[in-house]
Amino acid sequence: MSKKPSATIEQKPTASNTSHGQAPVNAALTPAQKIELFSQMVRIRRFEERSHRAYTGKNAAGGANIGGFLHLYNGQEAIAVGCCSLMGKHDHVITAYRDHGHAIAVGMDTKALMAELYGKVTGCSKGKGGSMHFFSPERNYWGGHGIVGGQIPLGVGLAYGVKYKGHKGSAMAFMGDGAVNQGAVHEAYNLAALWNLPCIFVIENNGYSMGTSQARSSAGELAKRAEGYGMAWGVCEGHDVYEVRATMDKFLQIAREECKPAVVEIRTYRYRGHSVADPDNTYRTKTEIEDYRRTKDPIQVFQTALIAEGVLTTESAEKIDEAARAEAEAAADFADASPYPTPEDIQKDVYWESDNPDQRTSQGRLFFN
Amino acid sequence: MSQLTYREAVRHALAEELTRDPNVVVMGEEVGQFQGAYKVTQGLLEKFGPKRVADTPISEAGFIGMGIGASMLGVRPVMELMFWSFYSVAFDQILNNAANVRYMSGGQINCPIVIRGPANGGTNVGATHSHTPENILAAHPGVKVVVPSTPYDAKGLLKSAIRDNDPVFFLENTVLYGEKGEVPDEEYLIPLGKADVKREGKDLTIVTYGRPVIQSLIAAELLAKEHDISVEVVDLRTIRPLDIDTVLASVRKTHRVLVVEEQKPFCGVGAQLTYMIQAEAFDDLDAPIGRLCTIDAPAIYSPPVEAEQLPNPQRILKAALALLD
Ligand SMILES: Cc1ncc(C[n+]2csc(CCOP(=O)(O)OP(=O)(O)O)c2C)c(N)n1
Ligand SMILES: [Mg+2]
Repeated sequence: MSKKPSATIEQKPTASNTSHGQAPVNAALTPAQKIELFSQMVRIRRFEERSHRAYTGKNAAGGANIGGFLHLYNGQEAIAVGCCSLMGKHDHVITAYRDHGHAIAVGMDTKALMAELYGKVTGCSKGKGGSMHFFSPERNYWGGHGIVGGQIPLGVGLAYGVKYKGHKGSAMAFMGDGAVNQGAVHEAYNLAALWNLPCIFVIENNGYSMGTSQARSSAGELAKRAEGYGMAWGVCEGHDVYEVRATMDKFLQIAREECKPAVVEIRTYRYRGHSVADPDNTYRTKTEIEDYRRTKDPIQVFQTALIAEGVLTTESAEKIDEAARAEAEAAADFADASPYPTPEDIQKDVYWESDNPDQRTSQGRLFFN
Repeated sequence: MSQLTYREAVRHALAEELTRDPNVVVMGEEVGQFQGAYKVTQGLLEKFGPKRVADTPISEAGFIGMGIGASMLGVRPVMELMFWSFYSVAFDQILNNAANVRYMSGGQINCPIVIRGPANGGTNVGATHSHTPENILAAHPGVKVVVPSTPYDAKGLLKSAIRDNDPVFFLENTVLYGEKGEVPDEEYLIPLGKADVKREGKDLTIVTYGRPVIQSLIAAELLAKEHDISVEVVDLRTIRPLDIDTVLASVRKTHRVLVVEEQKPFCGVGAQLTYMIQAEAFDDLDAPIGRLCTIDAPAIYSPPVEAEQLPNPQRILKAALALLD
């Protein structure tokens, strides 16, 4: 899996039937690249559904497959896929705990992701991070963070690092609509604006922070807070991958070329509860969920557009879906068959020095048991 | 050899590392144009320019987090906290992000950041500005914690800290900034995790670090002169990694131990030390391990009384005599 739609396939770009599809960044996509975006979204959906089944099911020993929290990305797929498809060599991504979609969109192997959920040593963090803590530095993916808003200063640091090293690049720092009320986020806004750092703060506004609606948690318009810091801002709809790409491309170019930050709110919706543990029966209605799914499901919307463009047929879409289901199933099989870390692994990966004893320069005890 | 103040020794370490490695940057509140709240970074902005020495807004969570993010990309930020006391507003960044990112990524990400600044009482600035969080920091696997007591140690240890690939928290002391000591003119490094026997003795071991090292040396001198008691003073210099071997070797020699720390007693560094000493050298002890800490209350403002709340030579002397009774 490459993290960008392959540019090597020489096919004529097709016209889009939506206005966002005509945006240069989308008009330039080949049919193969469009299909790649579509299939990433489907793969995320199927991965999430398979992990949900694993979470609620039991393993052969009668125990849980997956522990802790599981925050699913269903409904928000066009955001991670749209944003990550714009990444170049020096563009970086960091997000919160709802991190599976971004991980797949940057090209991480779903086997390693599922194994991480299962707490297996073959997981992307060797079973040490879990659902909320996926990382892939070689794909410029810096997590996967469990503390609401805590990743945002790190995102500014990534942008600082890009600029310090003289690269033309950016950092996209993702957060939820609840995270905007964290103090660290505002400190980060100010630093990015003050120091002209190429950081795009992306608010994935799914309407709720756990069971609290936006109206009950945030005063004013979320992205508009950027104005207080003299930053550019924008709002777009997150169910249309073309719109996400068109909007983000504009801000990313400014970030890369002019080293300017921005805040972008992308409106979206989550289909599942906050986490799998959320019975989802206290703060919204089933009708609300169904209404969104019926009219704005990002996969359906894109599928319809691609069929209209002649890029996709119902049959080819079904094939993609079947492949995505098979991939998720294979990931679960892989995770299930993989071994757990050993107790000896507990104290590995704590210090660079303890993992590289031949290069150690300090002395004394690092561990106390 | 030159006579340098502790402050100058820290500054020289920063300047040498800024010169050696273009990835090193110094950041913090007032470190540049103002020349440092305690003048530690004086002259560095002029010498290295604003790209390498950067003034930050008063946003500890924001700029420490930024430094951690930058360190993941290979920048080596040395972040100044005007007081370590302000770590509380950056607690999440320091102890969730810096301490955990290597582990949670399964060893894929390093965080070579140094956070430095003073952490001490004794300057009558009240409870909010007098925290000594070395125990709280060192309780987090993944981090290293250094508390130097002399100019020589401060320079050699800070240079090692900046070259270290793990996050290192470096706790200085405003009372010591003006203290002078011998510092070699040629370059040197002191490895983290190596204790230093600052005075040899045979009747009692004082295990300590930071400013109480200086106070313990004064007490040891008085004990020798006035009571004919020979005290060995072991300066830990680094809390984590911990050079317990040097401590145990001294205990096996003197058979009596007093732990002195500028910390509140509950769950302090001394609690860990006394546990380890009894576990590993029980048969060598001729008396229960003694412990002298800051008196267990928030830091009092009242100047003459604060001096009594903290360890001081007289309190150390009394505690030592009680142990030798
Ligand atoms: C500092 C902090 N406070 C509270 C929580 C518990 N918590 C986890 S997610 C969450 C809701 C966040 O909602 P939002 O930012 O909108 O993101 P979403 O879950 O919708 O993606 C809360 C309260 C936490 N992880 N960290
Ligand atoms: Mg939300």
